[in-house]
Amino acid sequence: MDFKQDHFTLFGLARLFAIDGVTLEQSYRDVQAQVHPDKHAHAGDANKRLAMQWATHANEAYQTLKAPLKRAQYLLHLAGFDPQIDRNTAMPTDFLVGQMEWREAVAESRAAVDAVELDHLHHRMRKEISGQYDALQHALDDEHDYPRAGELVRQLMFQEKLLHDIDDALEAVEA
Amino acid sequence: MALLQIAEPGESAAPHEHRLAVGIDLGTTNSLVATVRSGMAGVLNDEQGRSLLPSVVHYDGGTIVGYEAQARQSIDPRNTIVSVKRFMGRGLKDIAHVESMPYDFVTGSSEAEGMVKLRTAAGIKSPVEISADILRTLRERAENSLGGALTGAVITVPAYFDDAQRQATKDAARLAGINVLRLLNEPTAAAIAYGLDNGAEGTYAVYDLGGGTFDISILKLAKGIFQVLATGGDSALGGDDFDQRVFCWIIEQAKLAPLSPHDARLLLTHAREAKEYLTSHGEAPITVKLGSSEYVDLKLTTEIFAEITKNLVQKTLQSTRKALRDAGLAPADVKGVVMVGGSTRMPQVQRAVADYFGHEPLNNLDPDKVVALGAAIQANLLAGNHAGDDDWLLLDVIPLSLGLETMGGLVEKIIPRNSTIPVARAQEFTTFKDGQTGLVVHVVQGERELISDCRSLARFELRGIPPMVAGAARIRVTFQVDADGLLSVAAREQTSGHEARIEVKPSYGLTDDEITSMLKDSFNHASDDAFRRALREAQVEAQRLLEAVQSALMESAELLSLMEKSHIESLVARLQAVMIGDDRRAIDDAMDALNKGTAEFAARRMNRSVQRALSGRKVSEL
Repeated sequence: MDFKQDHFTLFGLARLFAIDGVTLEQSYRDVQAQVHPDKHAHAGDANKRLAMQWATHANEAYQTLKAPLKRAQYLLHLAGFDPQIDRNTAMPTDFLVGQMEWREAVAESRAAVDAVELDHLHHRMRKEISGQYDALQHALDDEHDYPRAGELVRQLMFQEKLLHDIDDALEAVEA
Repeated sequence: MALLQIAEPGESAAPHEHRLAVGIDLGTTNSLVATVRSGMAGVLNDEQGRSLLPSVVHYDGGTIVGYEAQARQSIDPRNTIVSVKRFMGRGLKDIAHVESMPYDFVTGSSEAEGMVKLRTAAGIKSPVEISADILRTLRERAENSLGGALTGAVITVPAYFDDAQRQATKDAARLAGINVLRLLNEPTAAAIAYGLDNGAEGTYAVYDLGGGTFDISILKLAKGIFQVLATGGDSALGGDDFDQRVFCWIIEQAKLAPLSPHDARLLLTHAREAKEYLTSHGEAPITVKLGSSEYVDLKLTTEIFAEITKNLVQKTLQSTRKALRDAGLAPADVKGVVMVGGSTRMPQVQRAVADYFGHEPLNNLDPDKVVALGAAIQANLLAGNHAGDDDWLLLDVIPLSLGLETMGGLVEKIIPRNSTIPVARAQEFTTFKDGQTGLVVHVVQGERELISDCRSLARFELRGIPPMVAGAARIRVTFQVDADGLLSVAAREQTSGHEARIEVKPSYGLTDDEITSMLKDSFNHASDDAFRRALREAQVEAQRLLEAVQSALMESAELLSLMEKSHIESLVARLQAVMIGDDRRAIDDAMDALNKGTAEFAARRMNRSVQRALSGRKVSEL
C-alpha cells in the first residue's frame, strides 16, 4: 500500500491551492470504485482489511483536498511550514475587534429570534470568507509566502467557526 | 419461472454457482425479505402468498411470529410484543410512552441498567432475542422458498440508528443464524432500488417515515455511484407516534378513566385503524366498547388529525432542513424526493413534503417494499453474483458525530457526522496529573457539547503509562468506523508503545458470552445441528476464498515471482486437501495461512488497480 505519496499525487492533481474540483471528484470516485470494501466483499480477510484501509485513506485524502481550509493546512504541511495553530494566537487588532462585533451581532439576532438577520449574517460571513480564500490562494500559489498563508489560515479558523455558530443559531431559531 | 442452469460438459458449474443472498427490511411494524432471481429483485412471500411479516412476536409455551401473533395482541398484550425495534439498544429511560405500554418491563438494580428486558410467558427476553425471532422466521421463509442455506443477508437499519442500535441489530442477526453481509441504511437501500430502476442521475432526497423511525437522506447519483451527502432524522419518530396522538385525543374527547393494559391495546389498535382509514377518506368513525364497559363513539376528521399531528410533521421538516444544510444545498437543488415507509401514505405528510421542496414527491415504488428490494440488490452484489453490467458503488456516511469525554464533562468530537465511511481519525491526548499511570477513555456519540447530552457507547482503560509529569504523555486515540457504520477504538501511549484496543461494544450491547449462550439455547430448542452448520459455513467460506485467490492468480500472476507463486499454490493445495474433511479447526488454520500468504499479493493488486483506474481516465481524456 503506497500511502507515502501525497494526496495530490494520489488523485493526479497539481500541488496547488487552486484545485481542479471536477478532476478531484472524478479521481476520488475512480479510486473508490477499485478499493471500496463492497468491491472486495467476497475476497479473503487480508484483502478485506486492505480494502478498508485503502478506502479509509481515499476518504481522508479526498476530504483534506476538498475543504479549502484543510487543503491550505495540508499544503503548508507539505511545504514544511508549521503555522503554529495551537500556540500562535497573535492576531491583528482590527481583525479581533471585527470578530467581537460579529459575535455580538450573532448573539443579538439569536436572542431576538431573528432568522432573517441571521440569514443575512450568514451570507455576509460567507462573502468575507471567500475573499480571505482568494488572498490565501495568492499567498500559497503565487507568492509562496507561507508566513502570510499561515496567518490567513489562523484567521479563517475563527471565521469558519463563526459561520458554523451562525448556522447553529439559525437552527435553534428555526426550531 | 426461474430456469435451471446446466453446465457445459466437462466444465464445473461451481465458480458460477448462484449464491443465495437476501435483503431483509427489519421494520418497526412490518418486516420483509427479498432476493434477486434471474436479475430481478422481488419480495419473497410466505406460504399464504403474503409479503409482509408483521413485526409482532407472541410468547406462550412457544414462539409465534407475524399475523398469528398480531391476532393475539389484544387478547394477551403482555406476551405479545409489537414495535420491538423501538427498544433495540435502548434503556428503559430512553423509551417514550412506557406508561401506556402493556409490557412487564424488568426493573431493579442491575437489570435496569442495560438494554430493556421484558418478562414474558417464555421467560425474560431482550429486544435482541425478540428481533432474532422475527429474523429467524424470515430466514426460514427465504430458505424454504429458495431451496437452500443462505450465504448471507444485507439487513437494513434506519440511517439515524446510533452505534448501540446497529450493534443490537447485528447481534440479533447472529442469533438468528444469519451471516450479515452488510448493515445498510434504509433510505440508501431505497435510493439504490429507485435509482437503478429509473436510471436516475442528480441529487435526490429520500424521505423515509416508517412505523417508529424517521430518516432523511440526501444523495448524489452519478455514473453508477450513490454518494450520500448528508443524513438526518429521529430514531424515535414514526407512525406509532401518530397513533399515540389519536389515542390521546380519544381519551381526552371521551373523558376516559385510566385504562387496563387490555383496553389500552384495544384503543391503540382503533387509533391506528382510524389513521389508516383517513388515507382515503375525509373522516373516520371510532366506535369501541371497552372492557371497563365504557363506550367510545367519535368521529376523527382529516382536519383534526392534521391539527393534532402537526408538530410531528414539523419535526420531520426540521431534520430535513438540517440535512440539506449539512449537504450545503437548498430545497430547489433537489431533483426528486423518494417517499419510503408506510407512514408517507398520510395525506398531510405528502402535502408538507411537496410544499417544502416545491414539487410533488415520487411515489412510484411501493413504499413498503422498496427498502427490502434495495437491500436484496446489494446483497446480490456483495455475495459475488456479478451480472457484469451492474457495476455500481455505494458511499454512505455516519449519521452522528463520534467523540471522547475530556476534562469537565465536555465532548471532543473526533469524527463529525456525515463523514463518508469507512473513516478513521486519530487525536492526541495527555495526562492531567503528575505520575498518572492510567486513563479512562469514554466514547460517546451525539452532537451536543456536554457528555450528559450524548449517548455513551463504551468506556475502557489504558493502563501502564510510565509515570511522567502532567502533560508529558502522548496518548493517541484512534477511531475506525467500518463500512457497516460500526466503530472500533484503540488507544496507544506513544512514548512507551503501550496499547489498549477495543471493538466498541456499546454499553447496551450484548457480550460475546451472552450471545454464545443464547445461541446454544436456541440450538438446544431447535433440531438444528450446530456442529454441522458451523462446518458447512467454514466450507462455504473456504470455497469462496479459494475462488477469489484462484481468479486473482489467473488475472495477475505477473505480479508474483515464481517462488511467491508456488508458495501460494502450495497454500491453496493445503486448503483444498483439508476442506473436504470435517476438521473445522484444520480448515480455519489453512484459510488463515492462505489469507496471510496472499496479503502482499493483494496489496500489489490493489495498488495496480488504483493506478490503472486513474491512468486509464487520463488517457481517455487526452
